[in-house]
Order: sequence, then structure tokens, then C-alpha cells
Amino acid sequence: MLGSSVEIRNVDKFFGDFQALDKVNLQIKRGEFFSLLGPSGCGKTTLLRIIAGLEYPDSGDVLFDGISVVSIPANKREANTIFQNYALFPHLTVFENIAFSLRLKKMSENEIREKVEKLINLVRLEGQENKKPIQLSGGQRQRVAIARALANEPKVLLLDEPVSALDAKLRQELLLELDNLHDQVGITFIYVTHDQAEAISVSDHVAVMNNGRIVQIGTPYEIYESPADRFVATFIGETNLMKAEVVDVNDEFIRVIAKGLGEFSCYKDKEVSKGDKILLTLRPEKIKISTKPLEGINSFHGVVEEEIYMGYQTKYFVRLDEGYILKIYKQHVNYLLDEKIIHWKDEVFVTWNPNDSFIVEVEKG
Amino acid sequence: MKYITAYTLWLVVFFVIPLIIILSFSFLEKTPYGGVNFSFSLEGYKSLLTIGYLRILWRTVWISIISTFITIIFALPTAYYIAKSKFKNFLLLLVVIPFWTNSLIRIYAWIFVLGNNGIINQFLKLIGLVDSHIQFLYNPWAVILVIVYTYLPYAIIPLYAAIERLDNSIFEAALDLGCSKRKAFFKVLIPNIKAGLVASIIFVLIPAMGSYAIPDLVGGVNSKMIGNEIARQLTTAKNWPAASAISSILTLITLLGVIIFVKSSKKEVLN
Repeated sequence: MLGSSVEIRNVDKFFGDFQALDKVNLQIKRGEFFSLLGPSGCGKTTLLRIIAGLEYPDSGDVLFDGISVVSIPANKREANTIFQNYALFPHLTVFENIAFSLRLKKMSENEIREKVEKLINLVRLEGQENKKPIQLSGGQRQRVAIARALANEPKVLLLDEPVSALDAKLRQELLLELDNLHDQVGITFIYVTHDQAEAISVSDHVAVMNNGRIVQIGTPYEIYESPADRFVATFIGETNLMKAEVVDVNDEFIRVIAKGLGEFSCYKDKEVSKGDKILLTLRPEKIKISTKPLEGINSFHGVVEEEIYMGYQTKYFVRLDEGYILKIYKQHVNYLLDEKIIHWKDEVFVTWNPNDSFIVEVEKG
Repeated sequence: MKYITAYTLWLVVFFVIPLIIILSFSFLEKTPYGGVNFSFSLEGYKSLLTIGYLRILWRTVWISIISTFITIIFALPTAYYIAKSKFKNFLLLLVVIPFWTNSLIRIYAWIFVLGNNGIINQFLKLIGLVDSHIQFLYNPWAVILVIVYTYLPYAIIPLYAAIERLDNSIFEAALDLGCSKRKAFFKVLIPNIKAGLVASIIFVLIPAMGSYAIPDLVGGVNSKMIGNEIARQLTTAKNWPAASAISSILTLITLLGVIIFVKSSKKEVLN
């Protein structure tokens, strides 16, 4: 089995007056694990259904391997979908659910048996062949849905929030399984989710969507580390957003002054000039926190307002002397051997590397 | 529990006891002016073993089966359409509106539509398609038409309920996996609404088997059904044991039919 490349060109979709998709362009490579990430109502599921052939775009084109498929109906398209609620056929057994598309192709009984058994082994459902969907657990149902979709030998597998109905622990397990499965079958996976952790943990590339538009496309690393705008910065993980004004610019760094913080340095990842108003993002785990004064260019002093112990890390909300509340995650590498444990109301020093903050918005001054 | 007791009591008083009375009357002797003599006799059943009765029995069965079949053919797409419609409550209301009118009046209305001087014939005459009239009424097909018309709502409602609670995504999954819409209908829709289908068939078949007013009014001499024969034996012929015997046999046939049908459809669902 080998995947297709998928290209979306200028796709618009309206539902009445509501514009679900607005000039969407995407290029998905052959065999890639690609995620469409966004809040509910952002158009990601509509886009997936357009790729599946279950909806038609009002304008624009969908291409598989460079050939337009818009006129090909869902039942002839080489893409299969894992539906959010799995949509297993309630009247059929696990075996017959998986064999559904094979029977439509009028394969011989032996061929069907052989293929279905292979798929049952692939998704580890041995011994469940004769059960009805209602007798299965959520995780098992999902596996049946995957096997059923793969039985049709699609070149593109579309997954519509396939793990969202499961509990957190199972979700992690099945996500890993999906990742392994993707490596085994080698076809293109397009994965729709509203959960940023899911998207960045398994994907080769992620497209972040909002209000029917694609806001940013990149590797999980790019999306997380250098978000394109305020929406991406806040939607993917947690962050500190800081409004600041540029006071000095040199080749690599700029000096800014921010209300509630004071003056500090940051990396010049976008072209700015003196007097510009900018919005900065700084991830909470990039900030060092200590009860002793810290070395560094960007050093501030403050008081712990809130302390949330999470086991592997502690979240601190630190009110700086000038008023800004900074979110900081401290990893517990060596919890007890570390210097004094920081608690609520402790006075602390914080610092971060100027390379770790990113400019997400620029307003020319 | 209280309700179940009340319901059981209701069934016993108005259903089981009358049934026992009918059954026992069928084994008694007739009197010349109606009523029965309380002495055992098989005369009621013996009078049924004539070719005329067998013909009426057979006609009752085939008219009922064909009517049921046609009713379901109409009810299925209608129920599907209503279940998927935005205006399902309004459409359901339209389905039950005929119940607001007395059923006899609705049957008479058909006479006005299909009669030799009815609306259709008048129209045909007006456009010059026929010289005098076409005989629509007083044949088995008129009976079938009115049975279908009368029992269509009874078939639509259970089918609607079955289709409405189905998850729409299973049709999309069927399309996605290569089904045409037609195949999705037979491979996914029908097997998943089997319970509703069985209910619809029973709701139409049983009353159709017991039809009396419809064949009486639009059926004519050659379309008499068992119901008409029961009435004739009870009234003009004054043969109560024979009327009871026919009733008992009709009940038995219907009951057997339903049991066999439900059993076989259950078996298919399980396999």
C-alpha cells in the first residue's frame, strides 16, 4: 500500500451565510502524517469531509497525486474515513464490518478471509471476530473502524477526531498505535483534532486552522516554538503574551519596554524598527526560577502568587515587581536535591534567554 | 405494577374472554333465529369446508399480503424522507391528520373519487378519453387501493421511529466504503431497521386480514373477504356457530402467520 499526495487549492465552502472554509490551500506529501488542528467550528472537519467526498467545495479544487478528484463521489475516491463515532454497522459482526468493502468488490470467500484476518492481526483484535460492535469497548471499536477503512486499501486515510471519545490514558496508547500503524501501512494520514497535544505528538506537519482559514502550516516544532500569530501562540500549549514597545534595534536582538515588566532584550525574528508596538510570546517552561539572584540579560524579581503542583512539574504564577504576572513551569529533575523548594509567597528571581521569546504581531509605530 | 394489573384485567375482560366465547360458540349447535343451543356440534366447521369458503379465505390472504407489500413500498421512502427532514414534526402531523376523520367517511370518499360518476371518470369523459366510464370500483384492486390508503400511516410511524434513531454516519461510512446509494439502502438501512419493518408489516397485515368495511363498500361481490363472510353468517344467515368458526380460523391463521414471521425475522437478525 502506498499513499497519495493531497493538494487543496483555494477551497471555499459555505453553509448558508456561514463561511466554513475561506480560500484554503494545503499541500500534503505522499505518506505523510498530517494534522488539521483547530478549535471546534474552525472548518477542519468540513475540510476533511471535502477530501473524503462527503461534501463538495463551493469553489476550488482537491487533487490526489496531482489529479482533480472533486468530481469523483465518495464511494469511488481512494480515501477512507474513520468517523468520530466510528460509524460501525450495528447489524454486522467485527469480521463482516471489516469485510464490508471486500464483499462489495465481490472478492472470493478465501481472499476475504485472508485479508480480514491480516487486518485483525494488524489492529490486534484476535478473538473478537464474531462480536457485534455493541459488545466492544471504545478502543476496540476504534480499531475495527481502522481495519474496516484499511480493508478498502485507500491511498489516504482520513481520521476525524478518532480518539476524542476515549479516556485520557487510552487516548495516549491509541495515538501511539496509530503512529505505528502509519509507519507500517505507509499511506497518507490526515488527522483532524482540536487537541494540540495529540497533533504535535504524532504529526509530520500540522496545519492550524481558525475561522475557516489556515493560520499556520509547519512541523510540530515550528508551530510550537515559533507561532505565526497570537491565535496559534495561545492555542498551542500555554504561553505568556507580552505587549511591548521597541526602544532599540541591532542586527540580531532588540530592546523592548513592556508595561508591568520593564526593559528587556529579545530575539529579532521579525523585521521591526524603533517605536513599533509588538506582541511577544514566551513559553512558561523556558523561564528559570530561583530564590537566589540569577545571571542573565533578562532578569526580574517577583513574588509567587500561585503554585500548582503537577507531579512532574510545578506551575508558578509570579507577580513581578512592576505588576506583570508571569507563568512559569518548573520541571522536577531533581526535586529534593534542587535548591530550596519554592512555595507560595516566596520571593523569587526569574530569567530567560532572549532567544526564547518570539514576536507574533507587529504594529508599526 | 398497578398499571400492569389494570392492563391485564382489561385484556382478560375485553379480549381473552370474548375470544373464549367465540371459540366455544364455534363448537355449538345453531338455532334458526341466531344464538346457539348448548350442545356440542362440529356443524359450524363442516359448513366451511366448501370451495366457496376456501376461495374467500385464499382471496383474503392474497389481498392482505399484496396490500401490505404495497403499503411498505410507499411507507419506507416516506418514513425516510420525514426522518431526514427539517420539518419532521409538521410532516408527522400530516401523516396522522387522516385519523381525524371517521374511517367510513374516508372509504365513502373513495367511492366519490373512483365511482362510475366519480371525479376521475368525469375528468376522463371531459377530455374525451372514454365514452361512458371505466369501472374502477368493485374489484379486488379497489380493495387493495383503499387498504393501502387506510393503513399507510400505521406503516409509516414505526418505520419513521426506526430510521430516525439511526446514526446518519453509518450511511456515510457505507458510501465511503464503496456503496452506491442504492446498495447502502439495502445493505445498511434495511438490516438496521428490521424491528421497525416487522412492526409495520404486522400493523398492516393483521387489520388487512380482518377487513370488513373496505371490501363491503368498494369490493363488490367478487371481492368479499373473510370479514364480510363472518358478518353475513352472523346477520342474514343467522348461523352463529359458523360465524364463530370462521372467526376462530381467521384468528388462528393470523396468529400463526405473525409467529412464523417474527421468528424468522429474529433468526435473520441474529445471524
